[in-house]
Amino acid sequence: MVHMANQIAQFFSSYPREEAFAGVTDHLKKFWEKRMLQQLHGYVAQGGSGLDPLVLEAEKRLVSAAKTTPALRS
Amino acid sequence: MPVIKEIDYGTPLSVAQTLVTLEIDGQPVTVPVGTSVMRAAVEAGVQVPKLCATDSVKSFGSCRLCLVEIEGRRGTPASCTTPAEPGMKVRTQSPKLAKLRRGVMELYISDHPLDCLTCGANGDCELQDMAGVVGLREVRYGYEGENHFSAPKDETNPYFSFEPSKCIVCSRCVRACEEVQGTFALTIQGRGFESKVSAGNQPFLDSECVSCGACVQACPTATLIEKSVLEKGQAEHSVVTTCAYCGVGCAFKAEMQGSEVVRMVPYKDGKANHGHSCVKGRFAWGYATHKDRVTKPMIRAKITDPWREVSWEEAINHAASEFKRIQAKYGRESVGGITSSRCTNEESYLIQKLIRAAFGNNNTDTCARVCHSPTGYGLKTTFGTSAGTQDFDSVEHADVILIIGANPTEAHPVFASQMKRRLREGARLIIIDPRQIALVKTPHITADYHLPLRPGTNVAVINAIAHVIVTEGLVDETFVKERCDAAGFERWRKFVAEDRNSPENMAPITGVPADQLRGAARLFATGGNGAIYYGLGVTEHSQGSTMVMGMANLAMATGNLGRNGVGVNPLRGQNNVQGACDMGSFPHEYTGYRHVSDESTRHLFEGAWGVKLDPEPGLRIPNMLDAAVDGTFKGLYVQGEDIAQSDPNTKHVTAGLAAMECIVVQDLFLNETAMYAHVFFPGSSFLEKDGTFTNAERRISRVRKAMPPMAGLADWEVTVALSNALGYPMNYSHPSEIMDEIARLTPTFAGVSFDRIDELGSVQWPCNEKAPEGTPVMHIDGFARGKGNFVVTEFVATDERVTARFPLILTTGRILSQYNVGAQTRRTDNNIWHHEDVLEIHPFDAEYRGIRDGDLVAIASRAGETTLRAEVTERIQPGVVYTTFHHPVTGANVVTTEFSDWATNCPEYKVTAVEVRVAKRMSQWQQEYLETRKRTTQILHEVGPAR
Repeated sequence: MVHMANQIAQFFSSYPREEAFAGVTDHLKKFWEKRMLQQLHGYVAQGGSGLDPLVLEAEKRLVSAAKTTPALRS
Repeated sequence: MPVIKEIDYGTPLSVAQTLVTLEIDGQPVTVPVGTSVMRAAVEAGVQVPKLCATDSVKSFGSCRLCLVEIEGRRGTPASCTTPAEPGMKVRTQSPKLAKLRRGVMELYISDHPLDCLTCGANGDCELQDMAGVVGLREVRYGYEGENHFSAPKDETNPYFSFEPSKCIVCSRCVRACEEVQGTFALTIQGRGFESKVSAGNQPFLDSECVSCGACVQACPTATLIEKSVLEKGQAEHSVVTTCAYCGVGCAFKAEMQGSEVVRMVPYKDGKANHGHSCVKGRFAWGYATHKDRVTKPMIRAKITDPWREVSWEEAINHAASEFKRIQAKYGRESVGGITSSRCTNEESYLIQKLIRAAFGNNNTDTCARVCHSPTGYGLKTTFGTSAGTQDFDSVEHADVILIIGANPTEAHPVFASQMKRRLREGARLIIIDPRQIALVKTPHITADYHLPLRPGTNVAVINAIAHVIVTEGLVDETFVKERCDAAGFERWRKFVAEDRNSPENMAPITGVPADQLRGAARLFATGGNGAIYYGLGVTEHSQGSTMVMGMANLAMATGNLGRNGVGVNPLRGQNNVQGACDMGSFPHEYTGYRHVSDESTRHLFEGAWGVKLDPEPGLRIPNMLDAAVDGTFKGLYVQGEDIAQSDPNTKHVTAGLAAMECIVVQDLFLNETAMYAHVFFPGSSFLEKDGTFTNAERRISRVRKAMPPMAGLADWEVTVALSNALGYPMNYSHPSEIMDEIARLTPTFAGVSFDRIDELGSVQWPCNEKAPEGTPVMHIDGFARGKGNFVVTEFVATDERVTARFPLILTTGRILSQYNVGAQTRRTDNNIWHHEDVLEIHPFDAEYRGIRDGDLVAIASRAGETTLRAEVTERIQPGVVYTTFHHPVTGANVVTTEFSDWATNCPEYKVTAVEVRVAKRMSQWQQEYLETRKRTTQILHEVGPAR
């Protein structure tokens, strides 16, 4: 999971910082299933060791978006 | 439908725009300049007798049967070699011509065994027909003279026989091998009476013949004839359908006797293959009725239990109750499904519908995950559509062909023949591949550049090519300015222009000499129409998606998009990879590549399907297996796919499968995945069902039922029954209704229906109001996304590195005679060419390890170890080894790892660090595999007639 997330970050790292954050966040949201995201959140909660800073920031944004977006699923 | 006999115009079509009008037997006819008198006559409805002419090859003028008289000209010219001219007045019949033709036929027949009644071609012999047409009643020369009756037969090829005593030396076979197939395996040996067709003075099987069948197709007698015809006789009806092998999607006539196939003949009106074929589609169809076919549904409680045959009703109800039980116990997201690119569009659509609507989640995926998912991501990001840009015929207008990570002569042979024709006409060729694939040097073709890069460095190479183009002022500035996003281009231009991307700086990484790379880049940018063709050597990398975008950048920067002869063209591995992706099989998108989070699209589907749909993406195949190992994914419906053999890191795959509580496999055979299954639904072959396949050029073609499903139900009917049993009703009476639903819900398919396909022969999407006859070339006036999107493609080396322990790189690929996991081709005589997977190793690496050609060797990676035979060859570069994955006992994927493309999870099959050593016995995995296979595939047959 850490490897996969960091690979995504590596791709977007060529872009300006804000675009890179948005790119990683969008990619995780569009392609990662709920369990994978939960695993990521859990890992970050435990310190997120080895995760690229872009992933850490993207994860934060996903958490924050989830808090502000009404639940879409039952 | 009776046996279809396409019109033979005698000589090829002229595509000239200028027309000429002439008169044939008093009838005016207008044809393009360059048309032969023979062809003009056929256009006018007049058949000129012929033997050496056929419209798949250029005219030859040897048989002298097609002689005609032309007003104002002396003699009797051959109509096949005489071009039509304005005002020409041609007579095809006269007493003089009749006498000449009879004389010619007398000579032919004087040296022909008159065994017509017992001849395999009886009823399908042009020599016989011509004897009738010219009114041959006697042979003045008798039959006692010198002849070829005792010439020995060559029956070495498993599929066709060569009986030279029946040969009239018309050269049609030789010319077909040269012009249609491009292999040049045949020749006419000797002169005069000694002239004979020869496969290089050796048996066919030992020759360079690739068994494409073009010679058999061209032969006007029984000299070259299918053994199946010799065995069964002539067919009585034909069904036009689409081949179920590679992504070329050849149209075939299934020539039938009742519900039994006599032979498969490539259909001349097929727009993907134009009457050509390869050894698989033409001959390797016997698997459809192989004794290994399982034709009864089966269930078992545990995978160690023997299978128990049950009724369809019991099997379907059992599967449904198991899925319901699992979802009740572990949650809605604990089950999912996988389809194969071997399934029809309609089947793929139904499965993803079942998963989304009946299972209530998005855990749907397709085997395109492990081959071309990066194509979908990369081309959608850059151009806006997840598909290749051209039709196959576009290659006929290409001036520079760039092949990257593809081996068309092995994996897409019919398109390769078309490509080779263009190369023989003078198109230039650049090949980027770690191996010396056949196209690097093949008869009358030598690649201008072969860049033998190190596996895993594609992106470094494409960036270096772009660097040359940008820094040497070779960008098509007008195209970029008009068609592409300016800011994105400037960013990309700046990136690739950086010195670190230069060929010189990249050479130590890629292994490609800088001068060679610069030469190739200049040629591509300045050589006219540049067309890129690529395969899994691009996609199956940790940077697969990045590389696809790198190629798209290159095409945009050089203006090679939006017209004939150019484009970015994925060569799809399986028959319906494109279709499987189009049909919403991926967990994140519906049909037509629309994301599940898109509200308007989701509401459209919710309205049509009458259920609430999940707005978040589901699990991809590797994620399903991870979740299974983690204990949160417990049930899987697998239609037509064999992930236990085809997916990487077999041990991980089988651990995931073994951890599930209900696996339903629907297949022709008890495949490797079925070893872990609890329910088996017997599948139907492409000959047993109706539907459509979409090939690599987005061409939707009909699959038509030639025989009833052996198990009683077609695959789509089983999915419908399962859905109904799950409590989500599906009501279709024919696959055409499924396509109608797809068309209603998918803008790019809005104009597609079975009727429309029947009317047009086939159609390339987008097919809608804007393009009612389909779209052969995309992005003509603008990209699907608006402006073309240049993407920065930083090279990132794979984490799969060679080490002292694993110093070689393993890369994998395919071979002509076998197909994918081999489930089909291994059950045909194609095994004669490839009965086992072998490991190609360079002589240096072999010698260093004491390995000789043919030795059993062990190949080990950090994922696992297997054994296979070594083939010592210079086709492969030092430091790299190569194998195929067609045979399950080889277990090539025991060695491959879980590394995958960053964007799509497509496995990195092409780069695995390994070590190779001489072995004395099979690996432990292989021994365990054979034992497990034996234990898990026992069937308790129901009491009844012996099977």
